[in-house]
Amino acid sequence: MKNIDIKRLLYTHLLCIFSIILSIFIPSVFLENFSILETHLTWLCICSVFVTAVNLLLYVVVKPSASAKRSSLSYKVTRFLKCCIYFLMSCFVFHVIFVLYGAPLIELVLETFLFAVILSTFTTVPCLCLLGPNIKAWLRVFSRNGVTSIWENSLQITTISSFLGSWFGAFPIPLDWERPWQVWPISCTLGATFGYVAGLVISPLWIYWNRKQLTYKNN
Amino acid sequence: MQKISVLLFLVWVCFLFYAGIALFTSGFLLTRLELTNHSSCQEPPGPGPLPWRSQGEPGACWMASRFSRVVLVLIDALRFDFAQPQRSHVPGEPSVSLPFLGKLGFLQRILESQPHHARLYQSKADPPTTTMQRLKALTTGSLPTFIDAGSNFASYAIVEDNLIKQLSSAGRRVVFMGDDTWKDLFPGAFSQAFFFSSFNVRDLHTVDNGIMEHLYPTMDTGEWDVLIAHFLGVDHCGHKHGPHHPEMAKKLSQMDQVIQGIVERLGNDTLLVVIGDHGMTKSGDHGGDSELETSAALFLYSPTALFLRPPPQEPEVVPQISLVPTLALLLGLPIPFGNIGEVMAELFSVVEDSQPHSSALGQATALYLNAQQVFRFLHTYSAAAQDLQVKEFHRLNNLFSKASADYLRLLQSPQGAEAALQTVITELQEFLRGVRAMCIESWARFSLVRMAGGAALLAAACFLCLLIAQWATSPDFHLPPLLLIPVAWGLAGIVACAGLLATTELKLDPVVVGAVAAVGSVLHILWKAWVGWGSKRPLAALLPVPRPILLLLLIRFAAFFSDSFVVAEARAIRFLLGSLILLLVAQLHWEGKLLPPKLLAVPRIGFPAPAGPSGHRGTHALGLGVGLLLCIRLAGLFHRCPEETPACHSSPWLSPLASMVGGRAKNLWYGACVGALVALFAAVRLWLRRHGNLRSPEPTVLFVRWGLPLMVLGTAAYWALASGADEAPPRLRALVAGASAVLPRAVAGLAASGLLLLLWRPVTVLAKATTTTGAPRIRTVLTPFSGPPTSQADLDYVVPQIYRHMQEEIRGRLERTKSQGPLTVAAYQLGSVYSAAMVTALTLLAFPLLLLHAERISLVFLLLFLQSFLLLHLLAAGIPITTPGPFTVPWQAVSAWALMAAQTFYSTGHQPVFPTIHWHAAFVGFPEGHGSSTWLPALLVGANTFASHLLFADSGLCSGSLHPPQASHGLEGVRPQVHF
Repeated sequence: MKNIDIKRLLYTHLLCIFSIILSIFIPSVFLENFSILETHLTWLCICSVFVTAVNLLLYVVVKPSASAKRSSLSYKVTRFLKCCIYFLMSCFVFHVIFVLYGAPLIELVLETFLFAVILSTFTTVPCLCLLGPNIKAWLRVFSRNGVTSIWENSLQITTISSFLGSWFGAFPIPLDWERPWQVWPISCTLGATFGYVAGLVISPLWIYWNRKQLTYKNN
Repeated sequence: MQKISVLLFLVWVCFLFYAGIALFTSGFLLTRLELTNHSSCQEPPGPGPLPWRSQGEPGACWMASRFSRVVLVLIDALRFDFAQPQRSHVPGEPSVSLPFLGKLGFLQRILESQPHHARLYQSKADPPTTTMQRLKALTTGSLPTFIDAGSNFASYAIVEDNLIKQLSSAGRRVVFMGDDTWKDLFPGAFSQAFFFSSFNVRDLHTVDNGIMEHLYPTMDTGEWDVLIAHFLGVDHCGHKHGPHHPEMAKKLSQMDQVIQGIVERLGNDTLLVVIGDHGMTKSGDHGGDSELETSAALFLYSPTALFLRPPPQEPEVVPQISLVPTLALLLGLPIPFGNIGEVMAELFSVVEDSQPHSSALGQATALYLNAQQVFRFLHTYSAAAQDLQVKEFHRLNNLFSKASADYLRLLQSPQGAEAALQTVITELQEFLRGVRAMCIESWARFSLVRMAGGAALLAAACFLCLLIAQWATSPDFHLPPLLLIPVAWGLAGIVACAGLLATTELKLDPVVVGAVAAVGSVLHILWKAWVGWGSKRPLAALLPVPRPILLLLLIRFAAFFSDSFVVAEARAIRFLLGSLILLLVAQLHWEGKLLPPKLLAVPRIGFPAPAGPSGHRGTHALGLGVGLLLCIRLAGLFHRCPEETPACHSSPWLSPLASMVGGRAKNLWYGACVGALVALFAAVRLWLRRHGNLRSPEPTVLFVRWGLPLMVLGTAAYWALASGADEAPPRLRALVAGASAVLPRAVAGLAASGLLLLLWRPVTVLAKATTTTGAPRIRTVLTPFSGPPTSQADLDYVVPQIYRHMQEEIRGRLERTKSQGPLTVAAYQLGSVYSAAMVTALTLLAFPLLLLHAERISLVFLLLFLQSFLLLHLLAAGIPITTPGPFTVPWQAVSAWALMAAQTFYSTGHQPVFPTIHWHAAFVGFPEGHGSSTWLPALLVGANTFASHLLFADSGLCSGSLHPPQASHGLEGVRPQVHF
């Protein structure tokens, strides 16, 4: 493992963070009355689009898991469609899990679903970019000793911290502070975003810190 | 010996917990010093002569009496809006037709036609809004505190000065009819009384019909000065059906007719008071301090004109205890000594001479007398107890001196301006209100020392359980010496404490003595642990909790320090439980137990993994997790809202079927409930059959085969009777009443006998010993019952031991009988030797508890069983096949169990506050009430409240091991402090 790899990782992550910051400031130029809390759903959509776009861009440019063999166009198209289906599936699965966790079943369906979308953006999209539509690889990455590169390691860290962020985001909801961001699902989406950003910051640092101990089987 | 010492140890731990809880509650439940002083006619309330117009009239005491007679109609739980006309509160919206609105039509008519004779007030009751506390307040004019709330069903005679006492010492004839709580409160105070039992809240009519039988005849005889009628039907109707039921409309119309009948018989010198002692919530309960519970109606009427001014647009709000000084002065009695209520000045405007000056003077005089009396009480009280705020007390002192000086100056020159009189009235009212506010503040103060001591004792007891659980795993662990020394220390503590108290001549408080004994016994062990611990071992070894679980437990602990989280505890617990389950599943995956190892290998292999049994197990565990989440979510549909969140709507499924109006929906629900019952029974039977536990000819097995269906039948029949008892034809009433008493008792009896049978013969294993000579002999084997294992894996570990034990036993017996020939022993159903007994016990326990709840809670019970079954399987998936060393319970299991117990507590419709205690559980099997005994209803209500904890503690053994009693007991002990 070389330091240059870690540097590349850091730059890509900074780009991701930059895209989230952009999603906060750019829309206010075009849209009137835009603010994260009041037009929360709009921001969720925009943020999701931005993060996805940056992830795709990075996938095309950096190619962290570049496969040597050239593949046909039809293969690429089916792969892309598969990715889309996986993304939608993950949105629905998250939605179901939120409802099981206590989210309202009938009211606020759109809000809950958009929360599922943003959480999928933070977790599923990087997985799809890095590992492709391959469940087995996903399962491997998220288990003990299953990581094979710093990219997968950082994926593990950002995903887990996104989940943890949205989990902690649910905590302020019962408090009686009567703030606008305590409404479902704003605190959870904000928590997920913070968790994602924290994961993006932490993972290069953590990998740099532990670079002596980390040995990957295939590197 | 071992068994006895374990039992003794458990008794000791129980004692520690109870001593801690008792100490805590003695500081937490508020008390107020009760003064026994009395006001008397001869003794004026303050120095100086009695004021204006008080002397010289016959029958006058502090003030001339305005009425010689009073009819006090007390309608229990007459909420303020029950007296409102049928109209919607919000203008612009269509008028809503609620069953309780506009039913007191006579009241409304009289208010409109005679505005100077009648007046409706909104009276504000002080919490706790339970009937006995309100009766105390309505007669003494004081503020009963929380400690009285605890003694509601064992009410004692009032020792403080009160209206009834004043009436009887003035020689007035007081006639009472209605609620028999009055009998205990005022023994021997009535010249004539008709008491009816109040305890049976399901009975709407007995008390009211009894009153109406005697009310008019008594009024017509004229042999009374004060007539009190306490109707209970409205309150009972609220408890049974809620305010939104047609039955409530009928009850209120009946009350309206009663009032009309009384008004027709009123003489000119008589005052009619109609009052509700408290309100009720939307579900018909009361006891708390919500707006709906504290607002009650107060209606005054007199055939002679009473008020100078016409009524205001919106009825005035008055504190409930204002009635006490008002009635006392109107009847020409001294105000009770401990009264802190303020007279309703409006009633003392003199009507016959219409000068505005004299009317204001009348008001000021009444207020002045009242203020003098309150001032006297305040001085006596502050001399006896030091719990009033000094600063506020001085301020009020000065206020009173100023006001009384002003008043006396005005008396000297009675032709003074009216404005000056108004100032005096305002000053006096300000003083009286200030006193009331100060008293409310002062009498709601806790004893922090005792609370802290109790909490510390509880914490020490929990820590002790943890220590013992750790020590017990070491091989050189002996319980008896560990027991003897604490007992000695505890006794020493008692002796020292008693000696100390005897020398200082203080009262011997059993709570303090018990606490001292508990502290003495536990200190020694803690000291020993502290010394023995040393620096060798790290502290973390004491708490071998996995870190994520520890985080969850800490979050649960920290939530109790936030008011918002206490209110939202039901949701928070579901959230934490769901997180724990997802964590378990994720951990399984992380450890690589969810999927076959080949899948997790480096992906270069490129072959699809063979779908083996372990792959099947992976989806199995995932399915278990999702199923558990689904169960939790479904159980969450049964929720009762805390009273702090008015926007929330309680689940309508928590109410009994009897409160439903629609016949078809009722039948459907009844079908669903019976379905849940049958499903529960069928699942248990199927499980036992699958593990082969239904084969042996044991009595226990026979009981499971035949006794359980009988219990199901009994429960279903009882529900049918309970939900439709009011619709039964009159011929069958007696039969229905008899059956609804017998059926629950029969089910409980069956369950008890089944449990005893199970205790006697817990094992349902069939063993076959076959000699070579043929002739198979069938006998069952009794193994020492020492705690069941969790999973198949542990059974793999335990079963061979049992088998060996059996072999040895039979071999020994054969050697004794010198039987010939080699022997083969076959035993069946060993795999479930422990769990079968536990599941049977659990089912047997569940049925009586189920009867104590509303019918639809049976669905929650079904979910409870399903949930624990799924959780056990999920936990078993995570336990390694071979467990070296002594068997230990994983912390995940204990935490999940505790969380699930709390979750079920909420989803069975409970809340950790007094008003939501399910009192109706006391009448299951006793539709006529209990007479004077209080322990049986207390037991039934307690079993209802803690049903989920009982069941989970019992099933906790199912996941337990050699020492789970400590663990599960520790959790049980911690819980009660949460619920107060």
